[in-house]
Amino acid sequence: MDTIFALASAQGKAGVAVIRLSGPQSHQAAKVLSGGDLPLRGMCLRELRAPDGSRLDDGLVLTFHGPSSFTGEDVAELQIHGSAASVNAVLRVLSEMPDLRLAEPGEFTRRALENGKMDLAQVEGLADLIDAETEAQRKQAQTILAGELGDLAERWRRDLIRAASLLEAVIDFADEDVPTDVSPEVRSLVTAVMADLEREAKGVRIAERIRTGFEVAIVGPPNAGKSTLLNALAGREAAITSEYAGTTRDIIEVRMDLAGLPVTLLDTAGLRETEDHVEGLGIALARKRAENADLRVFLTEDPQALGIGMQSGDIQVLPKSDLRSDGTDGVSGKTGQGIDRLIHNISVVLRERTASSGIATRERHRVAMLKSSAALSEALRVLDSGPDLYDIAAEELRIAIRALESLVGRVDVENLLDEIFASFCLGK
Amino acid sequence: MKHSEFDVVVIGAGHAGAEAAHAAARMGAQTALVTLSETDIGVMSCNPAIGGLGKGHLVREIDALDGVMGRVADRAGIQFRLLNRRKGPAVQGPRAQADRALYRAAMQQETKARKNLEVITGEVIDFRMDGHRVAGVVLSDGSEIPAKAVILTSGTFLRGVIHIGDVQRPGGRMGDRPSVRLAERLDSYDLPMARLKTGTPPRLDGRTIDWDGLERQDGDDDPTMFSFLSKTPVAPQISCGITHTNAQTHEIIEKNLSRSAMYGGHIEGVGPRYCPSIEDKIVRFADKDSHQIFLEPEGVNDHTVYPNGISTSLPQDVQVEYVRSIKGLESAEILQPGYAIEYDYVDPRVLSASLALPEIPGLYLAGQINGTTGYEEAAAQGLIAGLNAALEVQGRDAIHFTRANSYIGVMIDDLTTRGVAEPYRMFTSRAEFRLSLRADNADQRLTPKGLEIGCISDHRRLAFETKMERLGAVKSVLTERTFTPKEIRTAGIEVNQDGNRRDGMAILAFPNVCFEDLVPLIQQLEDVDQDTRRQIERDALYANYIARQQRDVEAMKRDETHAIPADFDYSSLTGLSNELKQKLSAARPANIAQASRVEGVTPAALTLVLAKLRSSQRAKKA
Repeated sequence: MDTIFALASAQGKAGVAVIRLSGPQSHQAAKVLSGGDLPLRGMCLRELRAPDGSRLDDGLVLTFHGPSSFTGEDVAELQIHGSAASVNAVLRVLSEMPDLRLAEPGEFTRRALENGKMDLAQVEGLADLIDAETEAQRKQAQTILAGELGDLAERWRRDLIRAASLLEAVIDFADEDVPTDVSPEVRSLVTAVMADLEREAKGVRIAERIRTGFEVAIVGPPNAGKSTLLNALAGREAAITSEYAGTTRDIIEVRMDLAGLPVTLLDTAGLRETEDHVEGLGIALARKRAENADLRVFLTEDPQALGIGMQSGDIQVLPKSDLRSDGTDGVSGKTGQGIDRLIHNISVVLRERTASSGIATRERHRVAMLKSSAALSEALRVLDSGPDLYDIAAEELRIAIRALESLVGRVDVENLLDEIFASFCLGK
Repeated sequence: MKHSEFDVVVIGAGHAGAEAAHAAARMGAQTALVTLSETDIGVMSCNPAIGGLGKGHLVREIDALDGVMGRVADRAGIQFRLLNRRKGPAVQGPRAQADRALYRAAMQQETKARKNLEVITGEVIDFRMDGHRVAGVVLSDGSEIPAKAVILTSGTFLRGVIHIGDVQRPGGRMGDRPSVRLAERLDSYDLPMARLKTGTPPRLDGRTIDWDGLERQDGDDDPTMFSFLSKTPVAPQISCGITHTNAQTHEIIEKNLSRSAMYGGHIEGVGPRYCPSIEDKIVRFADKDSHQIFLEPEGVNDHTVYPNGISTSLPQDVQVEYVRSIKGLESAEILQPGYAIEYDYVDPRVLSASLALPEIPGLYLAGQINGTTGYEEAAAQGLIAGLNAALEVQGRDAIHFTRANSYIGVMIDDLTTRGVAEPYRMFTSRAEFRLSLRADNADQRLTPKGLEIGCISDHRRLAFETKMERLGAVKSVLTERTFTPKEIRTAGIEVNQDGNRRDGMAILAFPNVCFEDLVPLIQQLEDVDQDTRRQIERDALYANYIARQQRDVEAMKRDETHAIPADFDYSSLTGLSNELKQKLSAARPANIAQASRVEGVTPAALTLVLAKLRSSQRAKKA
């Protein structure tokens, strides 16, 4: 029995988001995230971490034992902060756990039903609910699939049906007039779809950002004027500034519209070696957040000294240009000098990323694409061994097609037969 | 006149009928097999071959349940070939050319020897009715055969019409009358029916074929038999000839297209795409300048040759002309012209998984009447109908086969939930669990089920148990120890040095490792016989994939436990679209698993159906 999970609260920005898990692995998954044993029943406050140790969020972890739960199975609920970034991070980590998968629409309800956890009145009210769910799903799919991705998915479907039908024709019509070596065509079809899938799957993260905003971190040594710069960019006093180094210990987030792009600016603790325990924690957090941000602005003369690697597209500006006599290439939050140019530079980098982004926006699609492309890659590997292993290659292709069902629709044996009979003159 | 009462009466002694009668009789039911003529039992009215891809799987499954087709085909086989021999075992299909006369003789001998089975010659023209229940049959001489259950396997005989060019005549098979009165009786039941067509090529006189210049196709050196109980062929072995159509053949056919029954507009039935007439091939694949023809001898003492690949409904004079344009056939004589046949079939979605008609208790349908084509598909249905008719008569639970355990299950599920748009033929690609449903393990999958219901002879039971003990012993040797990658490499087998310990079965799952490679690693394996070695290899090869499919299988099994009553009212489900309501009402899925396979059905729709099921269950309890 699969363990399923999904965001149970409304999608979008909210104070608290609820992620629900149901199935035999639900408690184990919650335990892995919260890094320790959970009370047999009830709730506790935990720091949630990915299996690689990176912090996701703080959250309430609730456990229910079957059959006394909503679905009648073991259920866990994670109540975390409602930001899209936190929710996506947790969903992504869950989808990478073995035996866990995103729930289909209505699946929690269905399990509840199967386990006799709903009464007659609830059942009668269900029709409307499912209708609404289905409708929502349909609309969302239409929005996502309209345009470029829709065309892509259609091509994937066509190409995968073609590739599978070539292999099946060789298998099922072995004693007939089928071209014996179909592998060049299969290989080229599969390779093309795989390349598309990998590109789109990468694009999903960025497309997600377009909806929820990019994170831009301002990093630099203490007292470089990071908070002053943030305030200047945001046009209000979001961060507390003072002349004392180490004033910013927590991370300050300001959401703003930057040249038409939704951007969350992160003001981080100044990066330096410190004896102060609390400041040390702040610096560690700053490094982590800055590393995971979409873009970093290095407000420093010596980026190497900060202990954070500069990634492609990152911007370096010299701090406090108002105090410099030469006035080159610097920025000053205090006087506004260089601010416009900095905004321009940030927006150029982010726009470039937007342009290269994929169109699919849902985690489900990303997972599907990766799973499918893994199977396709295995199919290609097996194809190299020639027709003797077509049974295995065909199986990998089936796995790939099934994984992609939510994007390309169900591919039935009849679709394969249609293609086979349209292409080959078969039948003795 | 009234015959004595039988438990089960089978109408028609083709492949479906014979298998049905034998199955019912094996189950201990007093069975009558009614046929127009005793010599019709075991007639192969189309091509002289059994098995192939998907079809060979069906024959093995029939054999695993102790059916007759496999053993009879082995006795009649004059050329055995294992198709896809070089590919994986999951897609290997045993096939044999069969000597028509030997096949018929073997089938008739089996039939005479069968306990509890009586052959009655006569034409069934009606059913005996007991209220709504079918309670036997009425013969054309006015006599009646009372029975508790009736299996109808009328093949192409329901309103059969034979077409040769623009000439039509009623007939179920060349030389036989169609069953018109029975068709009228079925009409009165108001079953959904439609028309299909199929075709045959002209039969040639082999003595007038110039074989010398033709390519030959021989059987395998090491023949693969159908039955788990057979060892080697008994009939003399022959080879087939291969020739091709050419530009001149195509020109003759094109010129005469309007005289073909198919293209002249005389046929309304839908033909199978995988068995197109030569007219179809030339029209649809105009760019292909040649088509392959297999010249299949119909028997060792029979001059008739079946030219596989040129079935036709052209007039006889055109058949002579185009046949003689083909290399090797320049002076060939046609013994019997090719013809197309149109016939009625019943939309199989009205059938239960037992192949019974829930609306007409006591009546089962099997074979071509259900929209299938092929001897093997027919026989497999006959087997299922025969077993279940006997079980019903004995007041026992029906036996059902699933997509997860057999090709038989795949076929019956396809037929009863999806219906047919063209004559249904089995392909291995129809089986989603193809890697576990292999011809080689049909006995491991199905014989235990047969033993459970009691349709297996002692002889087969013993053979099966011995084989399973042997396999079990070797498997436990293979799994009792695990080896490090280093140990494995030392034995000369290349595996990933990934630190994972593997047992013998896991090592065998690597496609390039054979049983012999393991002997240096596990000395006890030295004495294992060849058959067991090969079977263990086949069982191990797909282990990783089968383990991955296990979850799908379990989900399907769970869904199968949610039965949907036959009278379930989809129109009362408010959340369901009208389109889905209609599709589900037509398909009448027997459970949630089947419903999920009806085209267009979403998870949400299934939840709705399930919700409704739950609420009616509760209402009943309350």
